[in-house]
Amino acid sequence: MRTPRTLALAVGFVALALVPVVAAALNQPFYLDLVRRIMIFAIAAVSLDLILGFGGMVSFGHAAYLGVGAYAVAIPAFYGVHSGFVQWPLAVGLSALVALVIGTLSLRTSGVYFIMITLAFAQMLYYLGISINAWGADDGMRLARRSQFGGAVDLGNPYVFYYVVFGLLVLLLWLGHRLIHARFGMVIRAARSNEPRLRAVGFATFRYKLAAFVLAGAACGLAGALLTNQTEYLTPSYMHWTRSGDIMVMVILGGMGTLFGPVLGAIVFLLLEDVLAAWTVHWQVVLGPLLVLIVLYARRGLWGLLAGRG
Amino acid sequence: MSWLLVLEQCLNGLQFGVMLFLMAAGLTLVFGIMNLVNLAHGSLYMVGAYFATAAFGWTGSFVLSVVFSLLATLAVGMVVEVVALRTLYERDHLDQVLATFGLILFFNEAVAMVWGRTALFTTVPKALSGHLQLLPGLRYPAYRAVIILVGLAVALLLYVVVSRTRLGMLIRAGASNRTMVAALGVNVRLLYTIVFGVGAALAGLGGLMAGPIYTVQPGMGDDILIQVLVVIVIGGIGSIRGALVGAVVVGMVDTLGRAFLKPMLSTTIGPAAANDAGPALASMLIYILMAAVLSFRPQGLFPAARG
Amino acid sequence: MRTLRGAAVLALVAALMAVQARAAEPVKIGFITTLSGPAGVIGKHMKDSVELALDHLGRKVGGLDTEVIYRDDQRKADVGKQVADELLKKDRVNFVAGIIWSNVMLAVAPTVTGAGTLMVGTNAGPHELAGKMCNELYFTTSWQNDQTPEAMGKHMQDQKITDVYVMAPNYAAGKDMVNGFKRYFKGKLVDEVYTKLGQQDYQAEITALRAANPKAVFVFYPGDMGIQFLKQYAQAGLRDQIPLFSVYTVDETTLPAVGDAALGNFEARYWSPDLKNEASQKYVADFKKKFGYTPSYYGAQSYDGILLIDSAIRAVKGDLGNKKGMVAAMRKADFKSTRGKFTYNVNHHPIENFYLLKAVKGASEVEMQIQKTVFENHKDAYYQDCPMKW
Repeated sequence: MRTPRTLALAVGFVALALVPVVAAALNQPFYLDLVRRIMIFAIAAVSLDLILGFGGMVSFGHAAYLGVGAYAVAIPAFYGVHSGFVQWPLAVGLSALVALVIGTLSLRTSGVYFIMITLAFAQMLYYLGISINAWGADDGMRLARRSQFGGAVDLGNPYVFYYVVFGLLVLLLWLGHRLIHARFGMVIRAARSNEPRLRAVGFATFRYKLAAFVLAGAACGLAGALLTNQTEYLTPSYMHWTRSGDIMVMVILGGMGTLFGPVLGAIVFLLLEDVLAAWTVHWQVVLGPLLVLIVLYARRGLWGLLAGRG
Repeated sequence: MSWLLVLEQCLNGLQFGVMLFLMAAGLTLVFGIMNLVNLAHGSLYMVGAYFATAAFGWTGSFVLSVVFSLLATLAVGMVVEVVALRTLYERDHLDQVLATFGLILFFNEAVAMVWGRTALFTTVPKALSGHLQLLPGLRYPAYRAVIILVGLAVALLLYVVVSRTRLGMLIRAGASNRTMVAALGVNVRLLYTIVFGVGAALAGLGGLMAGPIYTVQPGMGDDILIQVLVVIVIGGIGSIRGALVGAVVVGMVDTLGRAFLKPMLSTTIGPAAANDAGPALASMLIYILMAAVLSFRPQGLFPAARG
Repeated sequence: MRTLRGAAVLALVAALMAVQARAAEPVKIGFITTLSGPAGVIGKHMKDSVELALDHLGRKVGGLDTEVIYRDDQRKADVGKQVADELLKKDRVNFVAGIIWSNVMLAVAPTVTGAGTLMVGTNAGPHELAGKMCNELYFTTSWQNDQTPEAMGKHMQDQKITDVYVMAPNYAAGKDMVNGFKRYFKGKLVDEVYTKLGQQDYQAEITALRAANPKAVFVFYPGDMGIQFLKQYAQAGLRDQIPLFSVYTVDETTLPAVGDAALGNFEARYWSPDLKNEASQKYVADFKKKFGYTPSYYGAQSYDGILLIDSAIRAVKGDLGNKKGMVAAMRKADFKSTRGKFTYNVNHHPIENFYLLKAVKGASEVEMQIQKTVFENHKDAYYQDCPMKW
């Protein structure tokens, strides 16, 4: 039963690993940039899936951490601190902290209220971002250079940067896999299906959920740090609510509650956007109904289709 | 003099709140009864504004354009319900958010394809373009006064319909136990389609009244949608009363914040700092309010009793 | 069956990649602008003007077969950067042009010039690119952001207008505009009010404005914010009471929606459809004939951008590898600009005239008319920070 998935996984893994080789052979370095950006959003999508798919926490403000991570790289760089050893841990730590605050307040609510309160927090951060003149306000800031790792790793080299992102994506998937099959993941998933019962058994579900929320925020913060490096630019629009919507779409499109689904979702969504946009300026009129159709008829997403149980 | 200014700003806040209420009423009705989160509600607001503008162009009559727009938005709402949303009632909120997010993309682009991306020209009808002398020293734009009156009338009408009529009874019954109502021989499917259509028409009413003072362009419903979501969450999702209170509170807080936050801050932290902090804080105010309300009352101010 | 479905999904991905890859061809101009979303109207003005320029050049820029590739930046800096990378690395364009927004430009321009490709901006004018970040390969056919509010500040200063109430959205460009205005306006300011970006309702601010009782109002409200503000300002009955001076607020992209509510409004600009010179009149007439609507400055400067590229390619006789030659040619700005006289400053930003415009009732609709020249050969305020030497 798992054969098609395992096969797809192997094919996908090898394909992603070989993109730089093929791009170099075809002399089409653009695909490095394209696929790298896709993988960065895949990291964000996987992080959202940890809470959304496995924990049933529908966060509609996940782009906030993308923004926090991006600022954590751009602000030190603005003051002349280019070391990635400072920026990246800061991005992860700061997003975790922000997620801790947002999570503590939001997890008191559930259902639609949870969707909306996470959205509200993201909006607050967005308006904060566009108001701070010292840090570029809505214009954002240019990153003078990508994060420096003391000569050990040169992100200026597109191939090196590609494999760094690839490595981080694989690492996240591996950690995620370990996590959801560990006791922690069991509790999270159980809380999704029946929280009162779990509480009755004696689990402090709030703490587990909060921990998952913080982990997801931290991982998405890392994606934000990568995205600023990719674009070499920071803008508060990374935190706009439509961006949260985009990440959510990637998760659902690929199949929520599966680790690899969101990766597939990010690939298909961003490629689709690129191809449709090149084809017609009215691409949204195609993309919109497509989303509706996927929700209506492919509930388990593309990864679910791969498994053959649509 | 100064208290007149405060009074006028309160009227402005009320007017903005009433506008939010027209949107919030439909959204919260659909949520309370069908348990559906409809992000595309802002699109119906946009559609209402476009229909009214187009009809005004054809007929030259404001009244006709209002009637046409209401009926057309009602029809669009019912079609959307039948084609796309009906099957979503049983799904979880996530699916609903996603599908209706897709509808937003579709409607924004479809409107651009039909009417172009350039904003359309709309203006306040001649009869309402003047000012009303409310008090000595307080003149208020007639059109905005009409918005307040229409909004309050709709609130009253909704209250009467939901609590005093047979239709309202069916609606309330359908919300608490769909299967039972269906077993009694009521066509619940049709009932839902009608409710959704009415919600759409209310959004259209908001949109057509907003047209002459805002901008009629693709995507015009997106920003107000977010604010309306804040309203119904603060008020308590599914409650009409909550929607009204939430709308007025949000309208007031937002308006008074924009009007008085900066002057107040500048007396405490100085004008230069107030110029930076005031507007930033004012734009975040309603989200702060929402986070605060939900921290103390996770179900909003008026949690709807649902079975 | 399962394998089939799996294969179908993989095939979808593969097909998308395949569509992505298209063959490469010579003499290409990549034109990046916003084509989707509400701001797509500006992109349309720009794209239509590029098409008109191509018509006027017989579809041959610099005498060579030409392909213009239009890409949509969705008004997002990271998307702009991605399509720029795509144009550079996949389509291998010889020029990148366009860009409406300052933040998109700040992300895209260094990418393009860093790849050794010529960039011709046709709208955004962030001060960084006029000053410290100026680049040999970067030219603009528009202006530096501050120049327009400077012109309005100078006009109001010259008129000895005082007690001015200033309003702008609370974001970087809003504050830049007010700073540019204050560089030349030294009279008394009653208040400076910054509103939420994308705000729809200004009634509260207009009430406060009326209470402050200023003698004049200066605003910067681009796009839909401008439409809303102008309509509400007129509806509040203030249009006849307090004169309104604005920058980037009333133009041909918003006038059709504002209509009479704009009447009497003053704007500052370097170009207007009624500008009297041969190139401009030809552009406006042919544009109206081909597309059926009145062009805007967004269009005029995009049209100029293509003519500038044409002049560069002609100067090097079609040798596209000769970047130095093309830069030298572009510095001469040897083409018939819609703004008449056109010279480049050392930072590759135009030295140009600025006019005072007024919204008046034309033959059929409200239109902008030039009233007088405010600045002749105006230079931007940042060129001295630019280290470039010619």
